[in-house]
Amino acid sequence: MSELPWYNRGLFSSLNLRQKTLLTIGLTGLVLLVIFICGMMIDANLSTDFTKTMKPPSFEHIFGTDWMGRDMFLRTVKGLSLSIVIGIGASIISSIIATVLAFVASFNRVCDSAVSWLIDLFASIPHILLIMMISISLGKGAFGVIMAVAFSHWINLTRVLRAEVLQINTSEFVSLSSKFGKSKLWIAKEHILPLVLSQIFVGTLLVFPHAIMHESSVTFLGFGLSPHEPAIGIILSESMSYLAMGAWWLAFFPGVALLIVVLLFDIIGDNLKKLFDPSEANK
Amino acid sequence: MNLKADNISFSYNNNKQILKDVSLSINSNEVIGLMGDSGSGKSTLCKIISDHISKYSGEITIDGEKISNKGFYPIQLIFQHPEKTMNPKWKMEKVLNESWKPSSDLKNTFGIKDNWLNRWPNELSGGELQRFSILRALNPKTKFIIADEISTMLDAVTQVQIWKSLINYCKVNNIGILAVSHDEDLLEVICDDIVYFDEINNI
Repeated sequence: MSELPWYNRGLFSSLNLRQKTLLTIGLTGLVLLVIFICGMMIDANLSTDFTKTMKPPSFEHIFGTDWMGRDMFLRTVKGLSLSIVIGIGASIISSIIATVLAFVASFNRVCDSAVSWLIDLFASIPHILLIMMISISLGKGAFGVIMAVAFSHWINLTRVLRAEVLQINTSEFVSLSSKFGKSKLWIAKEHILPLVLSQIFVGTLLVFPHAIMHESSVTFLGFGLSPHEPAIGIILSESMSYLAMGAWWLAFFPGVALLIVVLLFDIIGDNLKKLFDPSEANK
Repeated sequence: MNLKADNISFSYNNNKQILKDVSLSINSNEVIGLMGDSGSGKSTLCKIISDHISKYSGEITIDGEKISNKGFYPIQLIFQHPEKTMNPKWKMEKVLNESWKPSSDLKNTFGIKDNWLNRWPNELSGGELQRFSILRALNPKTKFIIADEISTMLDAVTQVQIWKSLINYCKVNNIGILAVSHDEDLLEVICDDIVYFDEINNI
């Protein structure tokens, strides 16, 4: 019995790898959904209670309370749900940009060099700088942050998709299809899109963690969401001034919660990749 | 109708020329065999004639007229490896109907079973897939068929069956065939005339 690896022992021993992958995706998705829905139901204007300011974690307030007596657990969940919304918006927009550019690149040689040039241009600017500039120019707030993150995170997916589309374009079935009199647009839609759809999907999910992290960091630096919104970045930057007074729980729990959410998205992305592209799982 | 390839020259890179002043003529209602060694450029010539390679010098004409490369191309190539010519995310029905909708009689003649149509390409064997790619090329608008080693993955009995159905269909519909193969015995059985690649390639 001790010969078996850990994942083949105990409760899940009867499941095969596919079922385990599906189970992992389902469970992590459920956790994220619960966080999201709970966060949506919490009123942004949390009640303040000045008799209970700066309390360390206890059973009543498991993440402690802040300098206005607000429950940190509720604030953290609310902040996380806001991060998830921004993550969804940013990653969907960025993968749309990536898909469109990848297909434009496949049209002809001039388009291809134009897209490659655009990729190099955006890749040469530091991410955080680009995000700050776009966010400020769009008037900060959730909209500014979503756009900023979306316009700085399409690069990797575009590179992958461009290469993939180029490869499919040289295949015999595409060449044959054009000899059957099919237009380039038809080939792109019917032949190429189904083949890169899984890449787009996984790419979207893997942008998520980046989007959330960048949203928090740019908000922390003061170029993102406005201070009255309970985002994780705001919570962290506010807690900076209380850290020296020993209020470690103000930064510790929200920070760890953010990390866990990011990790959960990463787990979903990796498992979906395994599911869509089995050859990848053996690497 | 008469398909003419005139003085075709081609090289993949500047160092080595593969085809030099190759000329070839095929009539409808005729099966021409093309014999040649591995790597001599037979497949390249096939791709040029069927317009899968466009940067060559020389001229391809049907009845003296240049062929428009818009819309359905009247010279269809059947590739050696059928699994590469089908989108792995398409079911066989869509693969077949991409070109045209053959009647069920015709499907029977080529030994295509109806329940294959609902499968993915990787669920059929090479021989089964090749029947699809042959039938797919036999669109009513096709005037000439270039068959590039199409029967190498089939056993002798199936080879005969498939060639028989293909040649029958082509005779009835006045389609010319260029059959490329290593197998001289096969070409002697099916072809009206055999051309040796080394003799037409002036390299």
